[in-house]
Amino acid sequence: MNRLAVELPGLRLKNPIMPASGCFGFGKEYGNLYDLSQLGAIMIKATTFETRFGNPTPRVAETASGMLNAIGLQNPGLQGVMENELPWLEQFDVPIIANVAGTETADYIEVAKTISTAPNVKALELNISCPNVKCGGITFGTDPQQAQDLTAAVKEVSEVPVYVKLSPNVTDIKEIAKAVEAGGADGITMINTLVGMRLDQKTGRPIIANVTGGLSGPAVKPVAIRMVYEVSQVVSIPIIGMGGVAETADVIDFLSAGASAVAVGTANFVDPFICPTIINELPAKLDELGVEHISELIGRSHR
Amino acid sequence: MIIQDRMKVTGQRKIAKNIFELKLSGKLVGEINSPGQFVHIRVSDSFEPMLRRPISIASINDEKSEMTIIYRAEGRGTTLLSKKVEGEEVDVLGPLGNGFPVAETAEGETAVLIGGGIGVPPLYELSKQLTAKGVKCIHILGFQTADVSFYEEEFNQLGDTYIATVDGTKGVAGFVTNVMETINDDFATYYSCGPMPMLNAVQTVYAEKKGFLSFEQRMGCGIGACFACVCETTDKSDEKYVKVCSDGPVFPAGVVSI
Repeated sequence: MNRLAVELPGLRLKNPIMPASGCFGFGKEYGNLYDLSQLGAIMIKATTFETRFGNPTPRVAETASGMLNAIGLQNPGLQGVMENELPWLEQFDVPIIANVAGTETADYIEVAKTISTAPNVKALELNISCPNVKCGGITFGTDPQQAQDLTAAVKEVSEVPVYVKLSPNVTDIKEIAKAVEAGGADGITMINTLVGMRLDQKTGRPIIANVTGGLSGPAVKPVAIRMVYEVSQVVSIPIIGMGGVAETADVIDFLSAGASAVAVGTANFVDPFICPTIINELPAKLDELGVEHISELIGRSHR
Repeated sequence: MIIQDRMKVTGQRKIAKNIFELKLSGKLVGEINSPGQFVHIRVSDSFEPMLRRPISIASINDEKSEMTIIYRAEGRGTTLLSKKVEGEEVDVLGPLGNGFPVAETAEGETAVLIGGGIGVPPLYELSKQLTAKGVKCIHILGFQTADVSFYEEEFNQLGDTYIATVDGTKGVAGFVTNVMETINDDFATYYSCGPMPMLNAVQTVYAEKKGFLSFEQRMGCGIGACFACVCETTDKSDEKYVKVCSDGPVFPAGVVSI
């Protein structure tokens, strides 16, 4: 028996560890460093219908135990992802979760319809929480009704299960979670980044050209844990948890809070081998905790 | 190949005001394939500070598996790095990026190497490799002031070296372009590394020449995955961009929109 295997809608994960969208490109750079088949899954960079250049630079700024980014969904567009990125990933034995973004409902539908037909795309991650684009993205993620409607619209056209990525930049994340569940979401991924700013000491002006950026890294983990803890108690669909995961102990915390699998984001930038390192360390961690199978940890904080 | 190596500090010394020369040894050195490549250094084993620091490689010694990096201790990360002492280990990811093409200048030809401030270091290994193959190198090094200038002697041993300082405390008063105006333009290639305005001035003055520029940009991952360090190219037709970390940091002059 594989002690790390987890089964989620559309996803047979050999382990519950996957790189988070936006922190792993489309896998090529990390594929030069290790065998991507080791991963539980890969959440690829957000794909929009059209090619996007993204925001002006500077796009990143370091903060205490974290960083701000405002990349702005730079990606080669649906056609480029379908023709170049996804076929390249087929050489690996790893399910792909395709992050879908757009400005209007029609954009999401168009991307979801096509990208969900790619043979290795086993689930979609609906990006209604990107804080760094002017239109779309987060506007869908902060209003329960809009979130529900978009989820339902995408569910209707998708060939694979749909996970919805939630924004922490809301008053009550439970309301949004319940709304996307009502819209037919098969799962939830959370959390996206927290909107933040950093100022230049000399000029007093914002460092990031977009003015604000999304905060990620270990600094946000307590917020993410709290939100996974809350949401997992009000929905019955599974959660892929993320937000500041940087070592094996963090994975245990997210599972305990109520996540069924865990994504690693910013830590990939610091240690490009972090995902395989965590995967290799997990069995010993389970021994230490006296746990036979990793799924026994899920939600133990509120059981 | 890019590797993650725990490199050993074999020496560190201050060579100018806030400027440090750090020597590191490890198997990573064997992977370096061109001058102008850089390494991504984790200055602490904790997540504070969070990100790695990209620093260019100033020289390599293959026999000793040792490389030298020169950097300015300015922020939190580089200040921590400057405290590392002989015998300590440092987590280094590299070598990263594409360096200067040595092959673009033939034996017997002349190359002009123009550096500004903390952009000077990668030109040192470049000059060593060019002069070793019989290229005559002329160096033009610009600094803010004499206090922060370094490696004049080292460059002098490889070829004619001109210094410019903004405040005139050393060499020519002014910018590297003031020196460029005075030298013979009978050369084959130029190579440059420094701040954006300097690179722009250099490629404008030497518009007719074959040149290669090394760029600097705030980075996240250093390997091309995060899209933090993109630059627009001069090809406006298709919103083309390049990533400084993995497509560069060295590009032929004229490719990047400055």
